[in-house]
Amino acid sequence: MLKGQRGGMLRSYALIAPMFVFLLATFLWPVSMILWRSVSDPELRAALPATAVELSSWSGQGLPPASAYAALASDLVKVDGASLASLSRRLSYENPGFRALLQSTKRKLEAAPAGTTPDLVALDPQWGANQTWQAMKRAAGPVGVFHILSALDLRQNYETGIGPSRPGAALYRSIILRTFAIASTTAILALVLAFPLCAFLARQSDRVRNLLLLMVLLPFWTSILVRTTAWLALLQDRGVINTLLMDMGLIDQPMKLLYNRIGVITALVHVMLPFMIFPLLAAMRSIDPRLFRAALSLGATPFYAFRRVYLPQVMPGVMAGALMVFVVTLGFYVTPMLVGGPGDQMISYYIALYTTGTLNWGLASSLGLILLVITLSLYAIQNALLRRSGVGLR
Amino acid sequence: MTDRPIVDPAVPSIVSFRAVTKRYDAKSIVVDDLSLDIVKGEFLTLLGPSGSGKTTTLMMLAGFEWPNSGRIFMDGQDITDLPPHKRDMGVVFQSYALFPHMSVADNVAFPLAVRGIAAAEARRRVGEALELVHLTGFGDRRPGQLSGGQQQRVALARSLVYRPRIVLMDEPLGALDKALREQMQIEIKQIHRQLGVTFVYVTHDQDEALTMSDRVAVFHEGRIQQISPPVEIYNRPRTRFVANFLGETNMLPGTVVSAGDGFARIRLGNDAVLRGRAGDGIAAGQEAVLVVRPEAISEIHAEANTIEGTLLDQLFHGDHVRVRIAISGGQTVQLKLRPQACAGLPPAGQTLRLSIPAEEALILA
Amino acid sequence: MLKRTKLLAASLLACTVCLASASARDLVIVSNGGTFQEAQSNAIFKPFTAKTGIKVVEDTWDNGIGVIRTKVEGGDSGWDIVNAESEELEIACQEGLILPLDIDKLGGKDNYVPGAVHKCGIGAAIYNHVLAYDKTRVSAVPTWADFFDLKKYPGKRALRASPKTNLEFALIADGVPLADVYKVLSTPEGVDRAFAKLDTIKSSLVFWTAGGQPMQLLASGEVVMTSSFNGRVTNAINKEHKPFGIVWDKSLQTADSWVILKTSPNVDKAYELLKFAGEAEPQSHLPDVQPIGITSAKAVGMIKPELLADLPTAPDNNKDVLQINDAFWIDNIDTLTARWAEWSAQ
Repeated sequence: MLKGQRGGMLRSYALIAPMFVFLLATFLWPVSMILWRSVSDPELRAALPATAVELSSWSGQGLPPASAYAALASDLVKVDGASLASLSRRLSYENPGFRALLQSTKRKLEAAPAGTTPDLVALDPQWGANQTWQAMKRAAGPVGVFHILSALDLRQNYETGIGPSRPGAALYRSIILRTFAIASTTAILALVLAFPLCAFLARQSDRVRNLLLLMVLLPFWTSILVRTTAWLALLQDRGVINTLLMDMGLIDQPMKLLYNRIGVITALVHVMLPFMIFPLLAAMRSIDPRLFRAALSLGATPFYAFRRVYLPQVMPGVMAGALMVFVVTLGFYVTPMLVGGPGDQMISYYIALYTTGTLNWGLASSLGLILLVITLSLYAIQNALLRRSGVGLR
Repeated sequence: MTDRPIVDPAVPSIVSFRAVTKRYDAKSIVVDDLSLDIVKGEFLTLLGPSGSGKTTTLMMLAGFEWPNSGRIFMDGQDITDLPPHKRDMGVVFQSYALFPHMSVADNVAFPLAVRGIAAAEARRRVGEALELVHLTGFGDRRPGQLSGGQQQRVALARSLVYRPRIVLMDEPLGALDKALREQMQIEIKQIHRQLGVTFVYVTHDQDEALTMSDRVAVFHEGRIQQISPPVEIYNRPRTRFVANFLGETNMLPGTVVSAGDGFARIRLGNDAVLRGRAGDGIAAGQEAVLVVRPEAISEIHAEANTIEGTLLDQLFHGDHVRVRIAISGGQTVQLKLRPQACAGLPPAGQTLRLSIPAEEALILA
Repeated sequence: MLKRTKLLAASLLACTVCLASASARDLVIVSNGGTFQEAQSNAIFKPFTAKTGIKVVEDTWDNGIGVIRTKVEGGDSGWDIVNAESEELEIACQEGLILPLDIDKLGGKDNYVPGAVHKCGIGAAIYNHVLAYDKTRVSAVPTWADFFDLKKYPGKRALRASPKTNLEFALIADGVPLADVYKVLSTPEGVDRAFAKLDTIKSSLVFWTAGGQPMQLLASGEVVMTSSFNGRVTNAINKEHKPFGIVWDKSLQTADSWVILKTSPNVDKAYELLKFAGEAEPQSHLPDVQPIGITSAKAVGMIKPELLADLPTAPDNNKDVLQINDAFWIDNIDTLTARWAEWSAQ
């Protein structure tokens, strides 16, 4: 009996194993690798191992001990070009002058007579500055919060504590806020448009509903790129909408519809609408229309019945649709890139830029991590809300 | 006939339909020129097959459907165009229609909340209502956690808790199994007696109609065929439809030979002439049917008002035996006998004479 | 059950072995696919095989230094020669992922146009970031100074949504000589100066991200001038007959290069191919399909004049251009991108 049960268990594990392996290989593993890069800081340790040890024990205040200077001098002589190049790139995130500093110092050290250890500060006065050494310490790894702090426009200063990475820096925080603003506006507008449509569709016969749904789906089946390009043709200064309105004499100057927030939101809502319609329609169709009648028969005004009977039951659909639209929109890249202005680019644009454009994977991963954390918290909040209202996933 | 006329101004009515017609399109008339008075405090059942207009009538009363012509009055006030939430009626649906996102107590409290009744008072009345339907202690559960019968009791409690003057029920027991249905019938009947509220009850189940009602209105093709107390409906059907729809019946066609004095004689296909009570407008010479319940044909070998036939078979049902007898002319007559009464029956294939008591036979047009 | 697992493991192992056993393999060359690679294949790879009998296997990739890193990390993984972009060349060279090349084995430095020879790579294709304009609305051939002059030519302009190239253009427009552009840009004041110049036309700027957008923006009348890759402008003029103009003077030039992965087991064959690729005769056929700037100095004279006129390497087009300084951008891209993002969003 027990043996048979165990066999059954094994069989069920075997059944889900391929899916699990697939998920592991295509999702969990790559995602954890990417996330690992947001805290991993290996370049300095690889290029200057002795210096890294010295930096770890230094407080970061004032100047490091003489032993650190000695370690750096010997490390710099030994380091190969490839490692130094990687380190230069890593340190250029702090100060683009680091490559020149490292390479000139290395050259001068190599030129010095054998057996002597030149004074680094004499070779370049930058080695006598606390900030130079702080930058090195922040990169000393093997793990660190430099990239994550950078993604929040912050920098750790060992003398003054955590502060802005540049005076008045708020770039990534404003991008994150902007991303959330665009995603929530899209979700709300999609809801406003989808709600009456779904309420109407839910009451139609299957034939009519399927026909109308097909019309909703047709754009859904078109590539996002094509749809977005269609918006370009519609919204541009001499596009269909502006031409029409100007021909009708409603406006003299073309309205600015493209390369700004209006264009982005319009195109995003259009792309996202099916994600709202399907959960909402499913929720509405699952509601017994007789419940509304029952509420009326019990004396509720239509508005009261809508608020207390219909709405609470549609809520899971509303939440599911809104969250779906919100989360998918958070990751949007192509649409804002094509129809938005520079002030409308969302976080994925910068993640892509740093991943493929500038190879700053630490910053890209940190931005991704922040996005993931915020998305997961929202999901948790939504689930908690739904559970409290008693209609959540049970 | 002794039953009340369909519209009787002398009876204190709470609701009156006056010449109400409802059609969905030019061809299909769902309710045809209906006039109906519902008596205060009565248990009225609207009975009929599906599509007969009984549910539409109820929905017009509840305010979910609107008549194409005619008016509906409640306590003398025209409510034809009044929206449902202003009618102060309780409605119980076949699907229970409980709000799945609310607890049982909140469901029952819903109509009280709508009316702005204070929480403490509402709690007290919810408790009473749940007690009435034997569900005390179930207030915190969700409707999904209850059985069908329990859910229907919650729906009942919800429709009663705010003391509506009239409670409408649309096949409320249709989804329940037979045993549960019979128990609920008794309970609903008890609640009706206890509260004295007017109940209008729609069903297609004749047993239910006969068991529970003070009066039964039989619907057919959008018209009320007959509205009478259950005993009268059963024993004195006024049309072939009513006779056929309620209970089992034997119908023997023939030609009326003579009529008068409330009785008539009919000549059947085999030339036998039988006597029975005359229905409305029966006159000599017209085609008619003799209607007689199987349990009424009890005497065998008797002399008066008899018919001859051949015994086909007998089926034992425990409390009774069904006997089928072929009479000449191709007709089959069914008898329902007590088992003891079958001792003297001849074997199958033998002829015998059946006695049909004239008091219990009806001759209908 | 256990038997089956073993069998599976064995067959997996066998597969790995059969892959590994392909190490004595043909020469594999990797480029960007499409008509670009078609041109390379017709002009270089096929004639090379015909001439030497060395079989060439083609593969394609979509760029990314990470790909090169992965390909090199675990030893030879099947690639020998790769068509790399300039930044990939620079980083891969710094990190030692690709071999330093002996230019003398490739025909010598003088065999190539200036800028095509790098320590670790040899020019494969040259293209420019040029100024393109709508002839119907801009009467004379504009300069970058005109691009930044809203009074002279009113209307919107489009620039790539990236600091790279735009800061250079801004400084050029502000009168910095080509030779000094990166010197100026390496100072904080120089960066401020470039952004200040961009500020003067900010209200009229539209930004493009995909290579196809500039011509679309010009065609729809949204802008009067734009920066663009030269090939897109030439195609719009020649194939779609648009009334556009292209300005070669003071354009920014960059090159794709052939590189040899350090793990290549076919280094000698790879040199042979690259030497052949640098010869004039095969190179002269490269622009037949699309206006690829050629890197052979001698081939320039062999190209049909009507094709030559559209090439970045035509003497007329090539006389006043600035090589994009990849080392500068590798060091500064993150800082300047952050500043660019802040500036452009304001």
